Amino acid sequence: MNQSYYLPHTKLQSLLDAIIERGYRCVGPQTRGGTITYDDFSQVKELPWGYEDEQLPGQYTLKKTQKTGYFNWVNGPQAIKPELFKPKESLWNVTRDEEGKLSFQPAQLTPAPLCLFGVRPCDIAAMQIQDKVFITGTYRDERYAQRRENTLIIAANCITSSNNCFCVGAGGFPKAERGYDIALTEIEDGFTLEFGSEQGSDIIASLKLSEADGSQINYAKQRIQEAADKQTKTLPGTNLRDALMNNLDHPRWDAVAERCLSCGNCTQVCPTCFCHSEEDEPNVKGNHSEHVREWDSCFTQGHSYIHGKVIRSQTRQRYRQWLTHKLGTWHDQFGESGCVGCGRCVSWCPVGIDITEEATAICSDFINLENKENSHG
Amino acid sequence: MDDTYLPNEAKIIERIHEGPGIFTLRLQFTDPKINEAYTFAPGQFNMLYLHGVGEIAISIVSDPHSDEYYNHTIRVVGRVTRGFEQLECGDCIGIRGPYGRGWPLEKAKGKDVVVITGGLGCAPVVSVFNYIINRRSEFGTISLMQGVKHSSDLIFRERFQRLKDIPNIKIYVGADKSDMHWPWYKGRVLDLVPKMELNPDNTIAFMCGPEMMMKAAVEALAEHNIDETDLYLNMERNMHCAVGHCGHCQYGGQFICKDGPVFSYPEIKELFAKEGF
Ligand SMILES: Cc1cc2nc3c(=O)[nH]c(=O)nc-3n(C[C@H](O)[C@H](O)[C@H](O)COP(=O)(O)OP(=O)(O)OC[C@H]3O[C@@H](n4cnc5c(N)ncnc54)[C@H](O)[C@@H]3O)c2cc1C
Ligand code: SF4
Ligand code: SF4
Ligand code: FES
Repeated sequence: MNQSYYLPHTKLQSLLDAIIERGYRCVGPQTRGGTITYDDFSQVKELPWGYEDEQLPGQYTLKKTQKTGYFNWVNGPQAIKPELFKPKESLWNVTRDEEGKLSFQPAQLTPAPLCLFGVRPCDIAAMQIQDKVFITGTYRDERYAQRRENTLIIAANCITSSNNCFCVGAGGFPKAERGYDIALTEIEDGFTLEFGSEQGSDIIASLKLSEADGSQINYAKQRIQEAADKQTKTLPGTNLRDALMNNLDHPRWDAVAERCLSCGNCTQVCPTCFCHSEEDEPNVKGNHSEHVREWDSCFTQGHSYIHGKVIRSQTRQRYRQWLTHKLGTWHDQFGESGCVGCGRCVSWCPVGIDITEEATAICSDFINLENKENSHG
Repeated sequence: MDDTYLPNEAKIIERIHEGPGIFTLRLQFTDPKINEAYTFAPGQFNMLYLHGVGEIAISIVSDPHSDEYYNHTIRVVGRVTRGFEQLECGDCIGIRGPYGRGWPLEKAKGKDVVVITGGLGCAPVVSVFNYIINRRSEFGTISLMQGVKHSSDLIFRERFQRLKDIPNIKIYVGADKSDMHWPWYKGRVLDLVPKMELNPDNTIAFMCGPEMMMKAAVEALAEHNIDETDLYLNMERNMHCAVGHCGHCQYGGQFICKDGPVFSYPEIKELFAKEGF
């Protein structure tokens, strides 16, 4: 086990300062419009001290409490995805000269070192999934890759779960295991800290912190365990590929389609969804054009449009595409599920559709049968 | 810098009118180094970019070993293709590619090849068909089967007539609806599959066209006991990136852009012809 250090609340600013001194732009959680949003900051007083969120299917409430602590809330509609996979960005631009010659220029690649501060374990897991999409596959997204290489991750392990959280059921845990430079766990009057990289270790060393004592370490561990134990939602398995693909005509698809508005909120808030469209934005003179990409959703008409027809014209087909991909065929593509159990799609669905309930309704019979066969096998 | 998404400039060397709303562009990269290094296989495609309008996926129809040009045959269906129609010789466009996995030609060598296409001029099979007839001796009997809705939909009508002179080739053309002078089969061309003489141990089939037609073709070929692993299908879905990033072309666990567009039947069987995927 990695060495644990103790950082009192009163010294959190010095951690932030040490990061900023090293040239990082810091982005961390702040309260905005009644939710938690990740945005630029440089002072710990900008963090959501004392805030708690309550999440239920289709409901999200953030409130200020008398409790001490920066990380008593769980998550907001977005965390770090927009910093790495931008909602909209130019990929390249092209200029046409008088003779009609085209000159293509890649969009600016000057990723300033970025510190993502207070990142939840599920969002780190989601980021690692997006790394597979944009970096480690056959083709590399240079801009995403460079941003990632210049990113310092300060994880904030969860000390509570919302009613919609199910990272444990999704195969994760409310403690970051990988993918961070420093991990914080908030205890009564400060944090325990662990480093996950040389960078992180350097920063911690520069703060001259004392080691966390046994009771602090135990309390941190206990709080994380409590967060895990608090989760009531779960998925019927961590690999639902076969269960879903063998149930493409399950009546539940029709039932959920009765409720689903095909609004795409679930895909917009999901930290692993990577669909995007590309489009041109020409100037008025017509001699220059920006080729931009923008987040898209499998719930739109255009997503499956092909010569005069929309392959997924019905909501049932769209919800089925989303769920079978996220929990099913994602395994074929990336060797794991596309769901980290953050619960956002449940909280931010305007009609409160709950992915865990849908997956359970569709998959349970298949799984029970499979288990029966195996035990008789 | 090697940027996955960045097109290279290419020039239109020739523009050939093929039929109403169908034309072929012969292209060359303006940078000779890129042009020389560029190689592709039949069944692969490029992303063609029209200045200020957008990028689309278009198959490469020329022979991979022919000359320093490569051809794209485009049918006008919407915004970007309509824009391409306006271009003339000497105009510049953007190209990136080639992308995807083409037809299994090494595997097809020495075998009888059945090529089945439906709908309006199916570019991916044009490339493979030309490839085979240019290397006639490397393959066994060739059966070309093309189905169209209406006889007037058959583009390259004279070309079909000329194909008859190629040794050891069987041509089947059918139109669901036909005019008086239609020299071919009147009806669904796949009705002719049961009458074909096919050697199940040495036949490979390449298909492209509407999925319902390919489904019927798969079933008809199964009757001839041709192994599923010898049936290859060209799939098509909305595409934006061609590199497995944008998510538009997903077909179950496959990205049609990078894992396809050509698939062996077992690879896509699970979802094939299922509505909504
Ligand atoms: C691998 C592959 C190879 C292809 N080869 C050829 C070819 O050789 N010749 C040819 O004429 N056409 C080919 N197509 C189809 C061609 O890509 C579409 O006709 C074209 O994208 C339509 O663009 P549009 O803007 O004119 O039409 P619109 O109807 O205005 O389409 C709007 C947008 O939707 C998407 N889209 C629409 N239809 C398709 C489609 N069929 N496939 C993929 N994206 C689509 C594109 O992003 C397009 O810009 C191929 C498609 C694929 C996937
Ligand atoms: S599917 Fe829902 S719960 Fe799973 S990662 Fe996406 S938003 Fe979170
Ligand atoms: S599941 Fe909910 S959030 Fe997702 S598209 Fe349907 S209504 Fe919108
Ligand atoms: S076209 Fe973008 S993922 Fe295939």
